[in-house]
Amino acid sequence: MEISSTALDLPLAPKTALLKDTSHVNALENEAIYIFREVAAQFEKPVLLFSGGKDSITLVRLAQKAFWPAKIPFPLMHIDTGHNFPETIAFRDKLVAELGLELIVRNVQDSIDQGKVKEESGRYSSRNSLQTTTLLDAIEEFKFDACIGGARRDEEKARAKERIFSVRDDFGQWDERNQRPELFDMLNGQIELGQNVRVFPISNWTELDVWSYIKEENIEIPSIYFAHKRKVFLRDGLIWSHSDYVYQEEDEEMLEKMVRFRTVGDMSCTAAVYSEATDIEAVVQEIRDSTISERGARIDDKRSEAAMEKRKQQGYF
Amino acid sequence: MEVLKIATAGSVDDGKSTLIGRLLYDTKSLTTDKLEAIEKTSKQKGYDYLDFSLATDGLVAEREQGITIDVAHIYFSTQKKSYIIADTPGHVEYTRNMVTGASTSQAAIILIDARKGVIEQTNRHFFINNLLRVKEVVVAINKMDLVDFSEARYKEIKEDFQKLMGKRDYAEQRITFIPVSALKGDNVVHKSENTPWYDGETLLEHLEGLDLKAVSNIGTPRFPVQYVIRPKTEEHHDFRGFAGKVYGGELSVGDEVVALPSRTKSKIKAIYFYDKECQTASRRSSVTITLEDEINLSRGDMLVKVDDLPTVEKQFTATISWMDSQKLTAGNKYIVQHGVNKVLAKVEAVKHKIAPDYSGVDTTVDALGMNDIAQVSFRLNKPVFYDKFKDHRTNGSFILIDTQTNSTVGAGFIL
Repeated sequence: MEISSTALDLPLAPKTALLKDTSHVNALENEAIYIFREVAAQFEKPVLLFSGGKDSITLVRLAQKAFWPAKIPFPLMHIDTGHNFPETIAFRDKLVAELGLELIVRNVQDSIDQGKVKEESGRYSSRNSLQTTTLLDAIEEFKFDACIGGARRDEEKARAKERIFSVRDDFGQWDERNQRPELFDMLNGQIELGQNVRVFPISNWTELDVWSYIKEENIEIPSIYFAHKRKVFLRDGLIWSHSDYVYQEEDEEMLEKMVRFRTVGDMSCTAAVYSEATDIEAVVQEIRDSTISERGARIDDKRSEAAMEKRKQQGYF
Repeated sequence: MEVLKIATAGSVDDGKSTLIGRLLYDTKSLTTDKLEAIEKTSKQKGYDYLDFSLATDGLVAEREQGITIDVAHIYFSTQKKSYIIADTPGHVEYTRNMVTGASTSQAAIILIDARKGVIEQTNRHFFINNLLRVKEVVVAINKMDLVDFSEARYKEIKEDFQKLMGKRDYAEQRITFIPVSALKGDNVVHKSENTPWYDGETLLEHLEGLDLKAVSNIGTPRFPVQYVIRPKTEEHHDFRGFAGKVYGGELSVGDEVVALPSRTKSKIKAIYFYDKECQTASRRSSVTITLEDEINLSRGDMLVKVDDLPTVEKQFTATISWMDSQKLTAGNKYIVQHGVNKVLAKVEAVKHKIAPDYSGVDTTVDALGMNDIAQVSFRLNKPVFYDKFKDHRTNGSFILIDTQTNSTVGAGFIL
């Protein structure tokens, strides 16, 4: 079969994926595609929450596969804290343009200007948790009934408890003690008006699975995932990015180090790791050998034992 | 690499979370930061040993109460396999979450506290794994360190459990007994010197050796139409693809198929996975199929091979695991979600409630409470295309949805 690279396609994958005797990652891929199709069939206004990170980029590829040769039948939405890595935003805009997708951006700055949330101050200030309000407002504005996100159960122990179709009430809240049983492959997306479902197609993927898939599929990702020289400073055993958005004490010395990022959120909540991995093969090997978890470099998770659970109860994804 | 899905079962404090923590620790799957967090918290709480359950009990309420409330999914891999473990709660009141965990698993680990032996919860756990036809069951007799690694005690518990096995109706189920101490690490990953009388495999060795093809219930090919793909673009003007997942067996280009419920015949013209065309789609692959003829198919319809039809009926009887605090009563209406197909169903009769300790059935009931298991007959407003659960795990199961609350209130296994 002749394969054409149209504007709809990401860089083409090697034509090796036969459907017989699928590998672990292919099995996960098939499961995720099934979930995407359930979303399109069961909901009226789905949206894909896109952060420009590796997980949401993987989601975009999976969504392309789920609906080919048709276009992805829903828009992307980025809740922009305004404190993102410039590389991520540039990548986001390029991806959307190349694939001809619709992108909605809602800004945390607007929520701050409207007086809905208050900017944190001091040493650990971050806009990460402020995103929740902007997200919930956007869900209400567009009447989204399903928000697809790239969260994985292996990331964090509160996430390990989450369903694939996770119902949020009309305040956007997660009731962790009263989740719908999820049996076999059957996903129950029935909700009342005002409620929404957070959908996690890559729930069962691990960090290594995502990287292996990115490698296998030759998916393009932002440059900050590869080792590069960067201005950083050290605090609490973590490597923080030097930037106007990140509070830095005078005695916190600025250094230039070879680093990369394993997870990408806001500049104020994502720490770097020392790395020499400049290509995808090296990154996969590094993850394979790593003795530190991915969220070990998430400053937002270090706030308390239950940081993620609390954010989720309030409507965080 | 293959993936094995496992569900754990055991009563409160039998050490399920500890066993999983031990598996992670001994296979070096716990990362340094997670291990440090466990060490720190264990120390704060004044424990003499590391509390591995901290690795899996992810909710505040769970850590406060020291119990598992909801299913956690834990991932780890070895050189041979990838594992997904559903760590399910042991409390009777969370039985529904246990059914949830077991529904997607090919293997189960039932824990027994060596001091307590076979208790009512053990019956229940074995019963549920039997009901769900989980093929491979490991009975881990835990806390052997607290009974001085007594061979006599191990044998006693094994014999008690074997009495249960005589009552099950899924005889092909394979049962393996392993004496372990999750806390101390005996026979979990490493062979124990404390049980010289035990010459079997460790838990991990056993799991590593399982043949996944042998433990999966495959069944015959069923293709429920999940979503119809019509791009309506210049390039794919007339494309009309039926997206779905292949359940059981496989489907190939050229296969003669019947569309249900219309019973219209056609042939498979092409099978796509993304932009690649393939000759054959094996089970569990999410593909898009096009047909030789223009036939009208929509979500919930099903493609099957001409010589291999399921039952097409507006009624069935099923074993129900009831999961809601509101009772199921005869005459009530629910939505039956069978695969991607939703139909309205009326409860005709609650035939009998099954005692999950295998002690018999109660024919006098007409309502079901939370965690009850019973045989129930339903009448449907539209036909569904089903197989018996024992023949086809996917096409023989369904969920019940409350029409008022939209909650998933029950799971059903068609008889």
